[in-house]
Amino acid sequence: MRYLPLTPEDRTEMLARIGAPSVDALFADIPAAKLNPALADLPAHKTELAVERTLGALSARNVPAGSVPFFVGAGAYRHHVPATVDHLIQRSEFLTSYTPYQPEIAQGTLQYLFEFQTQVGELTGMEVANASMYDGSTAAAEAVLMAHRVTKRRKAVVAGNVHPHYRETIATLSRYADDAVVALSPVPQGGEDILSAIDGETSCVVVQSPDVFGNIVDLKPIAEKAHAAGALLIAVFTEVVSLGLIEPPGAQGADIVVGEGQSIGNPLTFGGPYVGLFATRQKYVRQMPGRLAGETVDASGKRGFVLTLSTREQHIRREKATSNICTNSGLCALAFTIHLTLLGETGLRKLARLNHANACKLADKLSAVPGVQVLNGAFFNEFTIRVPGKAADVIEKLAAKGVLGGVPYARLAPKAGLDDLILVAATEINTDEDRAAYEAALKEVLA
Amino acid sequence: MNREGRGATTPITTGGAAPHTFTGNRALELEEGLIFEIGRTDVTGVDIEDAGDFTPRLGGHERKADLGLPGLAEPEAMRHYVRLSRMNYGIDSGLFPLGSCTMKHNPRLNEKMARLPGFADVHPLQPVSTVQGALALIKELSRWLLSLTGMEAVAFTPKAGAHGELCGMMAIKAAHIANGQKRHIVLVPESAHGTNPATAALIGYEVKSIPARADGTVDPAAVKAALTPEVAALMLTNPNTCGLFERDVVEIAEAVHAAGAYFYADGANFNAILGKVKVGELGVDAMHINLHKTFSTPHGGGGPGAGPVVLSKALAPFAPVPAIVADGSGLKLVEDEGEAGAEQALGRMSAFHGQMGMFVRALAWMLSHGADGMKQASEDAVLSANYIRACLGDVMSVPFGERPAMHEALFDDAWLEGTGLSTLDIAKALIDEGYHPMTVYFPLVVHGAMLIEPTESESKASLDLFIGALRDLAFAAKAGEKERFLGAPHYAPRRRLDETRAARAPVLRWVKPQPLPEAAE
Repeated sequence: MRYLPLTPEDRTEMLARIGAPSVDALFADIPAAKLNPALADLPAHKTELAVERTLGALSARNVPAGSVPFFVGAGAYRHHVPATVDHLIQRSEFLTSYTPYQPEIAQGTLQYLFEFQTQVGELTGMEVANASMYDGSTAAAEAVLMAHRVTKRRKAVVAGNVHPHYRETIATLSRYADDAVVALSPVPQGGEDILSAIDGETSCVVVQSPDVFGNIVDLKPIAEKAHAAGALLIAVFTEVVSLGLIEPPGAQGADIVVGEGQSIGNPLTFGGPYVGLFATRQKYVRQMPGRLAGETVDASGKRGFVLTLSTREQHIRREKATSNICTNSGLCALAFTIHLTLLGETGLRKLARLNHANACKLADKLSAVPGVQVLNGAFFNEFTIRVPGKAADVIEKLAAKGVLGGVPYARLAPKAGLDDLILVAATEINTDEDRAAYEAALKEVLA
Repeated sequence: MNREGRGATTPITTGGAAPHTFTGNRALELEEGLIFEIGRTDVTGVDIEDAGDFTPRLGGHERKADLGLPGLAEPEAMRHYVRLSRMNYGIDSGLFPLGSCTMKHNPRLNEKMARLPGFADVHPLQPVSTVQGALALIKELSRWLLSLTGMEAVAFTPKAGAHGELCGMMAIKAAHIANGQKRHIVLVPESAHGTNPATAALIGYEVKSIPARADGTVDPAAVKAALTPEVAALMLTNPNTCGLFERDVVEIAEAVHAAGAYFYADGANFNAILGKVKVGELGVDAMHINLHKTFSTPHGGGGPGAGPVVLSKALAPFAPVPAIVADGSGLKLVEDEGEAGAEQALGRMSAFHGQMGMFVRALAWMLSHGADGMKQASEDAVLSANYIRACLGDVMSVPFGERPAMHEALFDDAWLEGTGLSTLDIAKALIDEGYHPMTVYFPLVVHGAMLIEPTESESKASLDLFIGALRDLAFAAKAGEKERFLGAPHYAPRRRLDETRAARAPVLRWVKPQPLPEAAE
């Protein structure tokens, strides 16, 4: 077996040194009747070539986004990632290292995490960011728990236009933690009334912008009302590229900002692994979940970095920790920070502007298709169309014509009674030909 | 005459301190500034098509202030990250004996497979008709996990071990609720990983600690004594964090079930028993599996991982959405709570469908090993740990040495008594020897713990060199060679870092230096 260096002779010698008659003598504490079970349903080891054939065949049964005109978003976005990013994250010393608990031989990881934290802080307009969470949805659920710790209240108000998967993730964790959630109803055209749901028991208000339908939300009045009631504003985003063009939540009064970082540096990969971004105000840092890299000096006075404030974390605090999170999304955070470093301010602004321009062009094309209505006034790179009939059927028929045209909202929230809405995303990958193909296919499907 | 085409060399001199360098670099040891120090906001390393003129539809929400994000041109970025990478130690650099973390070889075939366009370039919300291969892969991975554990169902979406624990414990809570039971206590042995009590507390359970008995394992009598009608579950790591198999596990499981509670197993140490025993036959109700440990998806400097949870028949109905079911036309995703196939689902763990990238890597590892290779891998891991323990037992102190070790060898610091040195000093001295240190000060149940997990990836020569290094350190410690330890590491990119200072006045991000008042104008 190509991955196992020990030879039969080595094993014999090692057993002799241990003084064990057989390898199974080392497993003597396992009940004998249960040792070495039959695994007849599993095959024997395979060559590298055979594994490539098996997995290649499975891969070939999927339609890659890059092979068709592609407009699917709703929380995961297809962007172009420079070749440099994937090369660098496969450097052995990044790929095969562990959590940097021994800082003297993990300065590479610790420095990029420090840079990552700073970049996330700048993007979101917040003071501190952690070293990543699993993804945007779990970051949102953790943000709610953190707000409960800060406010010592246990009721979250979740806006109706937050991504339904994020709403369910928050609702699930809250249900088992015995915390209350007020889940508002979706308002696809935007302008939902969040303010009247905030009261003196509200711990936090969770609002997404751009929201799941693509609307850009003015967070300032919500922040003011929340703060007046002693509650925190948790701002959520699922498309981090939007922060290159629209006002950051930090500038609008958000107390915690969480979101999905996949769009920068990371491929779609059928939904994971992604990278959760988590930022807040300096005064709340000790209530934050997750790892934090901090600056310090070594014994010879040189600048260096370590994981810090770990007294918040499970390996020190056990049941009193701020979260149970341990492993996070280190390598995805690395991809994020490399891509963002390549972009810089200039590149990110340009990229965001191109995304918005492509979305505007697409919205114009689709709204010209008879029967189709674009719901949004303001949006970034994603918007919602209303189609005659069931959106899910339209999407299937488009797929049959070789166009992946978006996400039926009803797939995310089947009980909402919004069966005729499609969430459509446009990024820099789309060409004029892609847009023309979408328009033509949609015309045919709706004819 | 120089016949060899080489320049004349300066004779080698010995003695004296190494000379100072202008750059602070030392040949291949290269210092590197922060991107905020070396980058500029008007530089970019990505050429992007110009959007041209158009009327934005942002509703007046344009970002006004600068972002303050520096950019690097591509060559600069390449150099920055390559230099940073060289300050890191990885499993590809050398033996990485970090107990409880299973730092085994990461085959590059797995990376190649995960990058196939049918896996890396598919969207989680594409029509399911266009992702049948992806769903089939998750089904196949689940089949392997079920066969290896003898369990009933897999909840595949949890994103890491702790997230899997959360999923399993929520399934247990859901099952109690469905049975009309109100139970608020979870039993956790004191040797457990910190994630166990943290997880139980996260969903409102009161954690009650079970002490270890003298041989390092859990005493069934202590569990039975603690099993009141308020107990919802026992969380047990097996093999435990002392590197021992809990030999009374069946008796413990029976007692837990007789008391109406559930048995949660922490699968962090699954690498010791892969193919050797099926946990379902031991009475386990839920166990998370760290794909990034046992199945070698890389740790990536702290993640991402994947923590699918295998569930017993009693807990299977409570698995979270999404689920994958087969119907006449192919595979289908059940994505909504309450839908047919998920009537009793506990809810949703996260957006989308779990860590596909990790699933591909793990399945590539499983297919490569097969049933025979996995069993051999776990036998080699256990053999190597016992070999290390046997070769060091005369110079270091071994708690619980009367039982065979599983895949990790535990030492305490009794052997350091009188040397003036601590476990941390040994760890830092190992860095100078070219190794990543073992896990230190965990588990908490022994004093100054050193937990060594070699995994199955080391040759005998590699193990022998590591053993030699530790033996030499042990002799040096006892011989009073303190400077070798107290100043260590001497040869790492950094000397010991001041963690107290970092925590006392935390600097968690770069801040632009403010110009001095007189220089401001």
